[in-house]
This record gives sequence, structure tokens and C-alpha cells, in this order.
Amino acid sequence: MSTGWPLWEVFVRARRGLAHQHVGSLHAPDAEMALRNARDVYTRRGEGVSLWVVASADIAASSPDEKDPFFEPAMDKAYRHPTFYDVPEGVAHL
Amino acid sequence: MSDSPTGTSSPTALSTYAIGLGDDALILAQRLGEWITYAPQIEEDVALGNIALDLLGQARTLLSYAGKVEGAGRDEDDLAFLRDERAFRNVWLVEIPNGDFAVTMARQLLFSAYQCELYAGLEDSVDPTLAGLAAKAVKEVYYHRDHATQWVRRLGDGTDESHARMQAALDRAWPYVDELFDTDDAAAALPGVAVDPASLRPAWTAYVEKALAEATLTRPEPTWRSRGGRTGYHSENLGHLLPEMQALHRAHPGATW
Repeated sequence: MSTGWPLWEVFVRARRGLAHQHVGSLHAPDAEMALRNARDVYTRRGEGVSLWVVASADIAASSPDEKDPFFEPAMDKAYRHPTFYDVPEGVAHL
Repeated sequence: MSDSPTGTSSPTALSTYAIGLGDDALILAQRLGEWITYAPQIEEDVALGNIALDLLGQARTLLSYAGKVEGAGRDEDDLAFLRDERAFRNVWLVEIPNGDFAVTMARQLLFSAYQCELYAGLEDSVDPTLAGLAAKAVKEVYYHRDHATQWVRRLGDGTDESHARMQAALDRAWPYVDELFDTDDAAAALPGVAVDPASLRPAWTAYVEKALAEATLTRPEPTWRSRGGRTGYHSENLGHLLPEMQALHRAHPGATW
């Protein structure tokens, strides 16, 4: 059923210190209601401590048609990956 | 009801009080449940279901406690599903039909605003069960009140059509307001434990009038008012609601899943 309400993208921060993660989308008449709907749809089981909603129409997205020019050139440049360093012993969390 | 306790134990004021508050939550949960799959949007469907489940949780705690205090062996299911209309002690507001979405939101605003003040007061009850329930439930009902407030504002301050329907919905629900604050014998018999309903009215009025002003709605002046829910007198609506709510349990006593 289409009601003509705009679509909103929902981002949830699971806990302090983490970044907001995109979890899905929903319909709502405005931002305030979108936040409330997001609370009901995406945080019913204690999933988060903070919510963002962004109007889907406000997101500029790369086009699937431009996938190759956008992403293909990065594929064969192995030197861009930090794989040419020796990790000193005793360095944790790297 | 396996062993009928009717008449073997006179219910104390405490169990009577808890049954009244529990019935409010139970009946409104049932009404809101009727919206499932019919709400204007799937997101609203989930929201109404959440609110209904919050209320059902409150009802379970209150009715279980009432049964325990009564001491006649009745559990929450016995109280919810095996009592007849005259034994229900909910206010009339929660039993009115859903109407259109505006009526449901008007009812929710008026009732949640009442429940917010009620539970905020009950947090200071000397009864640890009631105080504990209130501390948990007050956070739930603040959200219910906010949800209803948001919708009432949008519909009231929306189009000509939505404004007219929101005002009509408010007119429909308002005659049931006075009853919320009527003196209740059970509450009056429990100083320090229960909250005097009349004491909740100033804060309720302040909140609701602000919400109505923001929604460009006019406070109705009804020509009649409901009364008597707390003593078992009900509108015809409850008699239609109960068979649907109780059918399964009565057909299959003790059914669990």
C-alpha cells in the first residue's frame, strides 16, 4: 500500500563509542515521526542508544552504471594496501 | 477458573485497586490490538502493537498482583478471561471503539496523559510492587503520550479534512475524561499506597491543553459524562469486546503456548 509518505534511512548506534550503522529504511510523514517509527521498528530489542534518520531523497548515491569507473581502478593497486610493512612483535590490535 | 473462589474471600481494597488499573491497561491493549494489520502504515501498525504490548505487560503485573493479594487462587488469566462484564473495573474511556485513526489517537492522548501522572504518583507508593511497576511503566507511557501527541498535532494542524476529523474525534472521547478523576473508594481506602485520582487532574490538564493548543484544536464542552467503570458499570462496548478477548480461553480453559 502506498501512502505517499517519504522514505527515510535509519541509522542506529549500538552503544557509546561505536559509529551509527545503517539498519534499514521506513516510511514516515516527517523527520520527527520517522525517529519514532525507527524506535519502534528497529530498537525494540535494545539494539541501540542513539538513532539518526535521513530522508532517502537527500542521499546522493553512486550509480550502478558507474561501478567500473568508480571502483574498478582500485582493484589492481595492491600497493595501496598496508601489506608491505613488517609488524613489530608485541604490537597488539593492529 | 479451576476452583471458583467467588464469595469465599472478600476482595481487599488493594486487589480491587490493582484490578481497576490492570483492567484499564488490559482493555486498551485489546482495543489497540484490533488495529493490527489495519493501521494506516505498517510502521504505525508496529507502533500501535508496541503500545498495546506495553499495556498488556502492565495489566499482567497488576492482575497477577491483585490475584495474589486477594488470596483466592485466581491468577492473571482467571482475572482477564473468566470475569464477566460487571466484574471489570476499567474506566469507560478505554472501552470505546477505535473509530477512525483520529479517535484512537484522541483516546490515547487523553488516557496516556492520565497514566503518566498516575504512574509518576505511584512511584512513591509505599507498596513495593505498585511502586516498582510504576517506575518501569512510567517510561513506557511517556512514550505512548508522546506518540499520541505527535499525531494529534499533525492531524489537528494538518489539512481542513484532518483538522475536522481530529476535532470530531476529540469531541467523541472527551465525555469520558471526568471519570478518570472521579473518587474511587478503593483508592480512598489506601492512603500512601494508592493515588487519589482527583490529584492528577491539574497536571493532566496542563499537558493536554498545551497539546490541544499546538494542534489548533478546541477543548470540547460535552453535554454528558461517563461514570461508574470503577464500580462495574460499563457502556455497551465492553460487552462486545469481552467475548472476542475471552473466547479462546473459555473454549480451551488453561490453554498455554
